[in-house]
Amino acid sequence: MNYSSLIIVVLILLGAGYLLGRNRARAIAGQGVKLHSLPTHYGALVALWTGLPPLLLLLLWALAEGPVVDHLLVAQLPEAVQQGSSADIQLAISKVHNLASAAGVGAVAELQPAVEHLVALESRANILHSGVVLSLALLGVAVTWRRVQPQLRARSEVEGIVRKLLFASSGIAVLTTLGILASVLFEAWMFFGKVSVFEFLFGTSWSPQIALRADQSGSSGSFGAVPLFAGTLLISAIAMFIAVPIGLMSAIYLSEYASPRVRSYAKPALEILAGIPTVVYGFFAALTVAPVIRSIGASWGLEVSSESALAAGLVMGVMIIPFVSSLSDDVINAVPQSLRDGSYGLGATRSETVRQVVIPAALPGIVGAVMLAVSRAIGETMIVAMAAGLAANLTLNPLDSVTTVTVQIVTLLVGDQEFDSPKTLAAFALGLVLFLVTLVLNYVALKIVQKYREQYD
Amino acid sequence: MKRRRSAEKRFRVYGLISVLFGLLCLVVLFGDILSKGLAAFSQTVIRTEVVLDADYLGLNKNSSSDEIRAANFEGLLKNHFKEMVQPDGRKERRQLYSMISAGAAWQLIEAVQANPGLIGQAVTFDLIADDDVDQWLKHDRGVEGINTRMSEVQIAWMESWIEQGMLTTRFNTLFFTNGDSREPELAGIHGAIKGTFLTLLVTFLLSFPIGVAAAIYLEEFAPKNRITEIVEININNLAAVPSITFGLLGLAIFINIFGVSRSTPLVGGLVLTLMTLPTIIISGRAAIKAVPPSIREAAFGLGASKVQVVFHHVLPLALPGMLTGTIIGMAQALGETAPLLMIGMIAFVVDVPGFINDPSTVLPVQIFLWSDSPERAFTERTSGAIIVLLGFLVVMNTAAVMLRRRLERRW
Repeated sequence: MNYSSLIIVVLILLGAGYLLGRNRARAIAGQGVKLHSLPTHYGALVALWTGLPPLLLLLLWALAEGPVVDHLLVAQLPEAVQQGSSADIQLAISKVHNLASAAGVGAVAELQPAVEHLVALESRANILHSGVVLSLALLGVAVTWRRVQPQLRARSEVEGIVRKLLFASSGIAVLTTLGILASVLFEAWMFFGKVSVFEFLFGTSWSPQIALRADQSGSSGSFGAVPLFAGTLLISAIAMFIAVPIGLMSAIYLSEYASPRVRSYAKPALEILAGIPTVVYGFFAALTVAPVIRSIGASWGLEVSSESALAAGLVMGVMIIPFVSSLSDDVINAVPQSLRDGSYGLGATRSETVRQVVIPAALPGIVGAVMLAVSRAIGETMIVAMAAGLAANLTLNPLDSVTTVTVQIVTLLVGDQEFDSPKTLAAFALGLVLFLVTLVLNYVALKIVQKYREQYD
Repeated sequence: MKRRRSAEKRFRVYGLISVLFGLLCLVVLFGDILSKGLAAFSQTVIRTEVVLDADYLGLNKNSSSDEIRAANFEGLLKNHFKEMVQPDGRKERRQLYSMISAGAAWQLIEAVQANPGLIGQAVTFDLIADDDVDQWLKHDRGVEGINTRMSEVQIAWMESWIEQGMLTTRFNTLFFTNGDSREPELAGIHGAIKGTFLTLLVTFLLSFPIGVAAAIYLEEFAPKNRITEIVEININNLAAVPSITFGLLGLAIFINIFGVSRSTPLVGGLVLTLMTLPTIIISGRAAIKAVPPSIREAAFGLGASKVQVVFHHVLPLALPGMLTGTIIGMAQALGETAPLLMIGMIAFVVDVPGFINDPSTVLPVQIFLWSDSPERAFTERTSGAIIVLLGFLVVMNTAAVMLRRRLERRW
């Protein structure tokens, strides 16, 4: 049986277990015996013990089966392949898988024993996991059904299990962070085994293409990431140059000047900008903004690259406006009215109050908002992938083409890849840098915003 | 005093300009996409009567489906057009043939497969025109000095077809029923929409229960200690981590370690689940917090246990708010592109995926793929796909807002 039909069978058993447990409890109650819990609690207990263990086992099995089967297969491969590199073994194993599923690959004689072994293994594994899972479910029904007795504390047990499930769900967020860290750290570690950390962080030449043969020119590739960092910072700086003043002024206008009516329309309208998918911004930047900038540049006699940093930065700035404005709006609204009233009482105009009282009071929060926006800009991928270039130029000229960390991650990992070449691993090293930088920015920004909110609460 | 007044006025105008600039960007963006993309919903066809010559095709009324598929319908069409316009020499013939889409022969095959009785008769077809013809008719016709890809002979043919009423446009159903294709006139978003649907289904089925459970735990059960604090900081951070790092996680862990197959809605859904979880948890916690303590106290007073209070009283009251948050999270997942590129959903997939373990692509990635294609017709199609994507987003966000309005309860 395949996984989906097994899951369905287990779910049916789970439902049956619930009914069985509840009915047994009702029957006992019908005899005039006082139960510890409600009949539905007994039903739920039977259902949980029927469903949970087999489903958990199935999950583990699904995760473990592939690697285990591959491991067993290696012994069946021809001697010559087994002596080869791990890439050869991988290739042979995927060939065996294709042969076994008959996916349009001609038969290969020396792989035949492995193919037969795989088919046999798969059918054996299938019988094994179906049998184990089903018997576990049936065992769960039988044992828990027998345990349904008046003195069984079914409710406490069910609630205990439910609490554990809830706790496990909230743990997934932590596991995600650990997973991201582990994956980028592990691959980055392998990368730094081939390229020194110093060269990666401070080298100024980036050309990750590695030649096929060792004697070709540029065979080693060079992994100095400084041009990428500079490009990322340049585009982010352009974006912040647009987003911070406009976002901040919009927030001030909407919270201090606009009538409630205008506010109720303008605020959601601005927030639409934040809801537009980044791929749409990327398309807009590449096909509309970039040509416009180019023709404007040409009319002023300037040489503008067709993939200029300016186009990507401008559009990214527009994307971030609502982010800055809604965060600063919150912060400005958190400034107590008494501060404003005090300022008005001293004869200040509104703009003077905003500039000399509200903004200084809200400054830490605004700084936090801007930091969050910067982290957003650094991690933005699609706009730069579509509108910025691939050439790793080390320049500060916004009309030139630059590349960013995220663009390089995308280009290095899209398409065919082998997992031991420094080219692929470099993407993970860049990912590590990106993750750490944004993590620090977010952490500090969230701390500042939080602290600030508490101050006026 | 006067200076201060004018400074006041200036400040106010700056604020107004900023807001207007933001709105202007919105209008320009939508206007640009609409002006480019609306043309994608119409398609140029050549209406002509084709004689389905039984001898030429080697078919009869009892031919099987396979025989029909193998018959030379392409040659039949070429002959048909050759007789119709009488091209002069080889070069003109080639130009003529290039004006008809490769899909036109398939239209004949499908019609005959559906009704083998058509063989030997003269049937009127709306044959799909090549994308260059399509673009000429929509944009270049009658425009002076434009650099069109059509030669003068071709333009003369097309003008005469237009006079005879042969060259017309109709609603582009293919755009919604076809999968991806290298030919712009045959490329459609059916596969991408189906892939998006399956991916979001996986995301919803995983992230909604897990997100709600986590929100309940953190808000109602979690003890105030270090571990809870770490979990909370973690969730807030994850909400702000660049989406591309989730793609790295999917590639390194789901694909390389657990062996989930690449390019499938399953692995896409897994990655998007991790990405949307923080959004759902944060909004879920806000919804639970909004349920007043008096409800809990009343239930406790009647002797309910903590779990009963939460599941029988708090959760039903908080559910509308949680659903709103989930829809917003789903809308984010719908527009997400970068992490899906990492896990191979960028593959060129012609077939429409049937289930969550078939290779597929999703709408935003399809947009990314098409926007890279050099053909002009693909720009139009990209914008068309963006309009569809934005349409979905508008529907989802409106649903979230309506849900919030309708189910919002004032305490």
